[in-house]
Amino acid sequence: MIATTPAIELRGIHKAFRFFTLQEVSLELSPGQIMGFVGPNGAGKSTTIRILMGLLTADAGHVRVLGRAMPQEQALAKRDIGFVSDDMRLFGNATLAWHMKFVERTYAKWDSRYAAQLLSRFNLQAEQPIKGLSRGEHVKALLLLVLARRPRLLVLDEPTSGLDPVARQEVLSELMDVLQDEDRSILFSSHNTADVERISDQITFIDRGRIVDSRDKETFLERWRRIELHVRDGVKLPDVPSVVDVNGTGRVATVTTNYYTPELHRIYERAGVEIHEVQRMSLEEIFVANVMSSRKERAR
Amino acid sequence: MHSPLNISQTDPRPMYLQIKEQIRHRVAVGDWKAGQEVPSIRALAAAVRVSVITVKRAYLELEREGVIVTRHGKGSFVAGGLELPTNLQEQELDEHLAAAARIARLLGLSDEELLERLEKVERSMVKK
Repeated sequence: MIATTPAIELRGIHKAFRFFTLQEVSLELSPGQIMGFVGPNGAGKSTTIRILMGLLTADAGHVRVLGRAMPQEQALAKRDIGFVSDDMRLFGNATLAWHMKFVERTYAKWDSRYAAQLLSRFNLQAEQPIKGLSRGEHVKALLLLVLARRPRLLVLDEPTSGLDPVARQEVLSELMDVLQDEDRSILFSSHNTADVERISDQITFIDRGRIVDSRDKETFLERWRRIELHVRDGVKLPDVPSVVDVNGTGRVATVTTNYYTPELHRIYERAGVEIHEVQRMSLEEIFVANVMSSRKERAR
Repeated sequence: MHSPLNISQTDPRPMYLQIKEQIRHRVAVGDWKAGQEVPSIRALAAAVRVSVITVKRAYLELEREGVIVTRHGKGSFVAGGLELPTNLQEQELDEHLAAAARIARLLGLSDEELLERLEKVERSMVKK
């Protein structure tokens, strides 16, 4: 059945470059969901996206997008994929209307009414030449051109980077609108964790060419906690496997856990350590703590 | 269509909880009436601009608490029953009191001191 086929499926992807290697990258995105793909600069986000778009061939592993093998069946798959990356450029001397006509001729599913709506919601002028557009308008023009094709999968490489707050809200609203249809999916990479935290269902962290963690957002936010402890003199902090970081050497210690449960309270109580405060963490804090602990783990 | 809820990014509560409490508040004050259809998960997610999974979680908990009922294939509705609004308001009050008690503990106040403060607040409200 088409509906249960993952929108994106990457298994054991390897790709070696001279100074960078993508290792064991596996990802899965179900239809109807948004995945935020988060990583520091140079982590491998764009390389992964280019492999899944069939623009690069992996050294090992397999890629299926909308049920099609990539890069072999990319011509078929791409009819249903809308791809925007921040280094794409439209023709500077042509107008947006010219580009719209161009895409309309190529894609049978082009929706002119939706295109007209997007034009007004994004505050764009169809007759304006592309070279006169601001950076934000250029990104919105690119998005309009893919959204009006009504693709089943949107792949967006840093869609909100460099946008002003108003343009960012306009773009995020449009993305959420796409998701009203349960069969459409979005993968977007970003280092703006606030955007990712707000609209993503699934979150994948990548660092130094490897997937650090990938799961649904609510699980991330529910499991990670920062806990402030009061440690009396002579009492030793118990070793807890889910604690990924311990900070402080005096009477106040702060620990970070990636799997918070009530059991933790009992463990610390039994050891004679008082839990002073339990804090939730933002996605940004979780991301940084996750990357730091995985780097520490790998250095061992 | 219902007016969308407001999600604050500076609110320390997680987003699903903000959604849940705002819906509960709307039901408690009677803006959303028993039997009324509530927006679908995807429609609310789009209107509030938060992920589907976050709204889904809020709806699941509201169902578990009996605030809304979901009829398969038909959508979600505000639960019936006349006793509900007062019940919810009491629940809301309890939550505020729990929050006050937590802060009092952080400040090291005794139960008596906390009660005294509550009485003082009440007296000052009567004066106004």
